[in-house]
Amino acid sequence: MRLLRFIARRLVKGVFVLLAIVVLNFGLIRAAPGDPAQVMAGEAGAADEMFIQQLRERFGLDKPLYEQLAIYVGGILTLDLGYSYRQQMPVSQLIFDRLPATLLLTGTAFFISLLLGVLLGALAAARAGSWTDSAITIFALIFYATPLFWVALMAILLFSVTLGWLPAFGIETVGAGESGLAGVLDLLEHLVLPATTLGLFFMAVYARMTRASMLEVAQLDYVKTARAKGLPPGRVTRAHVLRNALLPVLTLAGIQAGQIVGGAVLTETVFAWPGIGRLMFDALLQRDYNLLLGIFFVSSAMVILFNLITDLLYRVVDPRIEVG
Amino acid sequence: MQRTMLFATTLAAGVLAAGLALAQTPKSGGTVNVVIQPEPPGLMLGLIQNGPTQMVAGNIYESLLRYDEKLQPQPSLAESWTVSDDGTVYTFKLHDNVKWHDGEPFSADDVVFSVDKFLRQTNARLRVSLEHVAKIEALDKDTVRFTLKQPFGPFLGIFEGGTMPIVPKHIYEGTDYKTNPANNTPIGTGPFKFDKWEKGSYIHLVKNQDYYLEGKPYIDEIYWHVIPDAASRAVAFETGKVDVLPGGSVENFDVPRLTGLPNTCVTEKGWEYFSPLAWLWLNNREGPLAKKEVRQAVMYALDRDFGKEVIWNGFGAVPTGPMTSALRFYTDDVKKYPHDVDKAKALLKEAGYDGTPIRLLPLPYGETWRRWAEATRQNLIDAGFNVEMQATDVPGWNQKLADWDYDMAFTYLYQYGDPALGVARSYLSTNIAKGSQWNNVEGYSNPRVDELFEKGATAFPDSKRQEIYTEVQQQLVEDVPVAWLLELKFPTIMSCDVKDLITTAIGVNDGFRDAWLDR
Repeated sequence: MRLLRFIARRLVKGVFVLLAIVVLNFGLIRAAPGDPAQVMAGEAGAADEMFIQQLRERFGLDKPLYEQLAIYVGGILTLDLGYSYRQQMPVSQLIFDRLPATLLLTGTAFFISLLLGVLLGALAAARAGSWTDSAITIFALIFYATPLFWVALMAILLFSVTLGWLPAFGIETVGAGESGLAGVLDLLEHLVLPATTLGLFFMAVYARMTRASMLEVAQLDYVKTARAKGLPPGRVTRAHVLRNALLPVLTLAGIQAGQIVGGAVLTETVFAWPGIGRLMFDALLQRDYNLLLGIFFVSSAMVILFNLITDLLYRVVDPRIEVG
Repeated sequence: MQRTMLFATTLAAGVLAAGLALAQTPKSGGTVNVVIQPEPPGLMLGLIQNGPTQMVAGNIYESLLRYDEKLQPQPSLAESWTVSDDGTVYTFKLHDNVKWHDGEPFSADDVVFSVDKFLRQTNARLRVSLEHVAKIEALDKDTVRFTLKQPFGPFLGIFEGGTMPIVPKHIYEGTDYKTNPANNTPIGTGPFKFDKWEKGSYIHLVKNQDYYLEGKPYIDEIYWHVIPDAASRAVAFETGKVDVLPGGSVENFDVPRLTGLPNTCVTEKGWEYFSPLAWLWLNNREGPLAKKEVRQAVMYALDRDFGKEVIWNGFGAVPTGPMTSALRFYTDDVKKYPHDVDKAKALLKEAGYDGTPIRLLPLPYGETWRRWAEATRQNLIDAGFNVEMQATDVPGWNQKLADWDYDMAFTYLYQYGDPALGVARSYLSTNIAKGSQWNNVEGYSNPRVDELFEKGATAFPDSKRQEIYTEVQQQLVEDVPVAWLLELKFPTIMSCDVKDLITTAIGVNDGFRDAWLDR
């Protein structure tokens, strides 16, 4: 009952936060120079004032700002994300079309990074000071510090250009028309490089955080007690150290999970992955206001949702934490 | 008595056919993979005139004419045409066995509807040219007649596919063109039909089996791949995933590496109709650049050969003035501006330039342009200018130009084969208006130039036009309203298996009609 009340309260709060975000985003986008009418006219290679004015009227940009905001918020309240004039499609459909590709990419990267990151971090902590620890730490540091797009390009250079093992771009072999198992394998083959590249950064972060957090927890009195009781070292590490050390990792995972829907702009760009990140980037460059706001709306809703889930998970990992 | 062009056309076609026979007999079949960058906003060519849309949809839609690399008109939907002696009546005979991709017959009514109704409403650039047209009539189902109010020199130059695509009357008449659902499944008369668009991934076109030219097109399918990152596009070519990199799809510094690959061909051709010219807008209204001497100093300060040789890897040509050398009525009989720092300094001193900062706006189109802006800034500093770089993204750049909020700004514009179509717009004082970056953005105003451009558009015959445009070029080069940088050439890089792709003045944009694969 208490839990339900907590969830309900958080959801109501979430709605207000979301509305605030919508208003803020709306203002921020309009503050940037240029508007979609000008961009579209720009691509036409010719325009006169009449042409641009026609476009503005079509987009509703000729109305006062507060009226545009009111129309937009009104739409949001009825879950209507508006229409992208640039793409000639409803925003919700555009987002929905790109969602599967993005979920596949970011979801895979999320699990790769969480699983490998925690595993490597735990291994490094368990063997603190050893060669294994140093190797893992260096490995993690490198991927933590290297820009994602550079890693992506190097991966393409090595695995696609030089070795020719993996495809360099896209989500499928276009025109091959493969279905069934062959289609799935083709998809997986295309997924390997982008998902790994995207996962590496977070993997490094999880590894470093797990290691640091475990070493800290290992110094605590209850761990000493467990050891003094004569529990086997493996069990101490797993049940006493790791579980308690996971709280900060969980927080971070919550943040990363919230970004899953937002896509990964750089990775999707370099690997020509048809996901939401690229949709967002293009929308930004084209000042496609409705589409951009729609993507922001969906991804901030996800962040709020995953924050809530993270808070609930805290309780599972550490029963001492109470909600509410 | 009508001056007929039928003979010339037949002759040209004969020579072309003979040339092809001497070369190789085209093979039918195969799939070609091409890069498209950026992803077009739509494929309805009558509504959207941006570059990527033209490149894909130029193979779906057609106009009455095509142009060879000398910009001479060639048959397309029109198989022949005649021009009256006074240059005011143009009559086009259409191919009689043309069908729309949905099977409906194509006729002269489609042409009248497209030009008079549809495009007049949707295409701002064509609208300006159509002001010279008094009426457009379908004489019978295969004949269209355009009657002009007075002679208009460049008239035969406005029938290019991207400028005047013929759209299906049976689909668009009486509808709201912009929201017609058919826009998502374009129906044209061209050699390729639209099949599928996987947004963010690829566009798929298939051969039009009912195309009116016997045996054409040769290729079965075209995949246009959307690859947003320039380095990834280069890799896609390197790994053989794409066969054609249309001009501008990779960064210039990658061009020598890619063209060094085995079985790789490269050509600068296929941009003659657009003849893009890069220049620096100079704000003539206020600040130091309002003085002619300062603008001339800019021209002397620029090392334009360096820009061509180093930044653009030797592609292109240093322009002599406001018109590219591919344009009709071009002349090089104008004042010259070699790279001369001392002269620039002297001119600045004469003009009393006091070191007022000058804001330079680079063109946010990628690495090549960024490097060019840096080199240009260095040139100007060496000559004594005080230059501040102001970086923006594309919408910001649009806005600043449209609001005249700049001192110097990079740009490049298409010239569309004729000074009346693509040059006059940047210098006419009647074209000074905020809100557009394709008019007289620099604020230059010279009554003599206005008069010449006005006369040049309607003078008849061509010898008269040459006289006028020679004078206009000389005057503009003296006044330096903008600083001309480079006649741009965007090399098309392709696998040598792809034959006869670039055969017209718009290259890849309508090239797949004649292209074939030697595999």
